[in-house]
Amino acid sequence: MPWDRNQMAARAAEELEDGMYVNLGIGIPTLVANYVGDKDITLQSENGMLGMGPFPFEGEEDPDLINAGKQTITELSRTSYFDSAMSFGMIRGGKIAAAILGAMEVAENGDLANWMIPGKLVKGMGGAMDLVAGVGRVVVVMDHQNKAGESKVLKECTLPLTGKGVVDRIITNLGVLDVVEGGLKIVECAEGVTEEELRNATEATIV
Amino acid sequence: MKKIYDSAAEALDGILFDGMLIAAGGFGLCGIPELLIDAIKEAGTKNLTVASNNAGVDDFGLGVLLQTKQVKKMMSSYVGENAEFMRQYLSGELELEFNPQGTLAERMRAGGSGIPGFYTKTGVGTQIAEGKEVKQFHGEDYILEEGIFADLSIVKAWKADDTGNLVFRKTARNFNPPAAMCGKICVAEVEEIVPRGSLDPDHIHLPGIYVHRLIQGEHEKRIEKVTTRAKEDA
Repeated sequence: MPWDRNQMAARAAEELEDGMYVNLGIGIPTLVANYVGDKDITLQSENGMLGMGPFPFEGEEDPDLINAGKQTITELSRTSYFDSAMSFGMIRGGKIAAAILGAMEVAENGDLANWMIPGKLVKGMGGAMDLVAGVGRVVVVMDHQNKAGESKVLKECTLPLTGKGVVDRIITNLGVLDVVEGGLKIVECAEGVTEEELRNATEATIV
Repeated sequence: MKKIYDSAAEALDGILFDGMLIAAGGFGLCGIPELLIDAIKEAGTKNLTVASNNAGVDDFGLGVLLQTKQVKKMMSSYVGENAEFMRQYLSGELELEFNPQGTLAERMRAGGSGIPGFYTKTGVGTQIAEGKEVKQFHGEDYILEEGIFADLSIVKAWKADDTGNLVFRKTARNFNPPAAMCGKICVAEVEEIVPRGSLDPDHIHLPGIYVHRLIQGEHEKRIEKVTTRAKEDA
């Protein structure tokens, strides 16, 4: 059985270490916060906050307190606020240890595409290009294949890039792969997924 | 010099002109200068270029200036929540210059700090880098991005004193300080204007030197996505 969204998020949470400042993207990456357990992790929201707390209780939403996905959130005792220039200063400046992001496509050289489908989807890159260029480690969490069953882990991205050679680790519903010299290296398979199944579902070169 | 005006329309009087470049604060609908946007709509100023992280939603925020077709070009990082924007863009009525979010913030900060250009790693090897100068530092490629020098900045803060010192609240700060910095003239709208001396000078987020005109008003402060969690059983 491949991993479901929550299992992928739980696996991604294992990437985080005590004391890290981390940025989580929208979608499955947001769920990672539910699995950090006792680890001392500070979540950054790139609209200007360190120490992001959980969603508020009903009736306690504050229009001045949202995350980068524009959802209402809460603050913690450690929280600090700052403006967008400083927020991206800490991202670009390498102060954020890791970003866990979703993707449309990843390539074996670490290229990432997650912001645009030409002629179809024109929403924008938001902070994704800054994050992948600046943070210490980029972990991508995504489904291994698209709805048509085609691999999203490719030799080369077909969509416009978010960053070139920026991905360190890929966590999919089928397993975990690292970007290494010459291609991707299998780190582990999801429970019940064989290495052969993982290879067959992957277009990229596995070394 | 008197900075406080009675209304958004008065605060913008004599400043607006067709074809101008406006830098606006806000992230999504959080911390947007909603009163000044409405006043620009009423003024009918046309062919605007607006540097703002987002473009509001169809009927609120910068979306209202799109409805009236007052905007010629947007400089933004994310415009996903606005159907009218998408329609105008795909039909070629509206120009769009995508900026990575951090690049947009830094372009404003730089413009306001007298820095006409800076090199950044963000966007190297992507569409964003096309046509931009590439320079190596420490063996890595960086691209040249230009500071934004706006004709007008419109921002929203929580409190101001009568000298224009601003205090923001929580994540409503976002793009407001860099947007305020990069305009020749900055007009700020706030929820409350307090007398000088009542804000702790150590707690001012943006000094009044950046703020030329001020208004106080009622804000709708619409929430884009209400997300809550259930109260656990006691």
